[in-house]
Amino acid sequence: MPEQIYWDDIEVGMGITPLAKIATTQMLVRWAGASGDFNPLHYDSAYVEAEGLGQVIVHGALKRQWLIQLITDWIGEQGTLKKFSCQYGAMDYPRHMKTISEPQTGETWHCKGKVTKKYIEGGQHLIECRIVVENGKGEVTTSGRATVILTVKSI
Amino acid sequence: MIPEEIKKLIGTSGSAKFYEVEKGAIRRFADAVGDYSPLYHDEEYARKSKHGSMIAPPGFFGWPLNQAGNSPLAVDIPPELESAFERSGYPLSLVLDGGMEYEFFLPVRAGDVLSAVTIVRNLRERSSETGSIIVAFLDTTYHNRDGELVAIQQLVFIRRSLNQPPKEAAHA
Repeated sequence: MPEQIYWDDIEVGMGITPLAKIATTQMLVRWAGASGDFNPLHYDSAYVEAEGLGQVIVHGALKRQWLIQLITDWIGEQGTLKKFSCQYGAMDYPRHMKTISEPQTGETWHCKGKVTKKYIEGGQHLIECRIVVENGKGEVTTSGRATVILTVKSI
Repeated sequence: MIPEEIKKLIGTSGSAKFYEVEKGAIRRFADAVGDYSPLYHDEEYARKSKHGSMIAPPGFFGWPLNQAGNSPLAVDIPPELESAFERSGYPLSLVLDGGMEYEFFLPVRAGDVLSAVTIVRNLRERSSETGSIIVAFLDTTYHNRDGELVAIQQLVFIRRSLNQPPKEAAHA
């Protein structure tokens, strides 16, 4: 568990501790089962080809949950995620599997964020952030915002 | 122009759906994300945390009870809206996930059953060279078994009419 952060220590412009992720075809099948999104676009190459798309694509909702984890990891167990939004700007493609459990080498995604606002409202100590998922080329494929409640250091 | 039979559904809501929040489903969901926080995996740990019991990652609302089982998507589209899209030539196979917005009020707890009501908040048309795209905004409100507001979700999804090549940018 990372060290707990406090509202007092946060400044506008500060970066959020980044989170690296990979996506494999196996992970997408796992996500399909766990989330209930069984669109064959995400695991069936023949279907994808017939639809005129290049290859199976990473679920937008999985990238959304990566960004949620980016925030919850950063704010720690004392922090609370209050608001979250994300939009999908571009497709991402999973790595294929090399063995039954090992992925091929390939793309790694980086979830990142920056503090944009620090304020108190309704007695809550709030922080706003911009957050993104970047692909291996450094292009933003998913972007969003989060508002979190942090605790204040006891004196 | 958005077909009238779709447009008239703005402001309507589907009937309440019920979602069971199982411990195993929480663990599988968190595993699929790659989030190994003990709050989502270890009951004993979670009991000693500020939550007092096992919770789900924000964004997980359980698994539908009494689901017909034929929807290929994890998204709760009111059936009247879905059939209006289908009849008007915006098939489910051409659905795109546009994005999501959440406001969280309470954590989702293992063992709870959430009720969800979805309202068609708005529909907007975006024309492209290749034809019509309808952007739908669906708001879902989740309450727990004690009747407390847990979260409000705003889903954006995109429907394309037939005979259009897929849009690269929005496909996710």
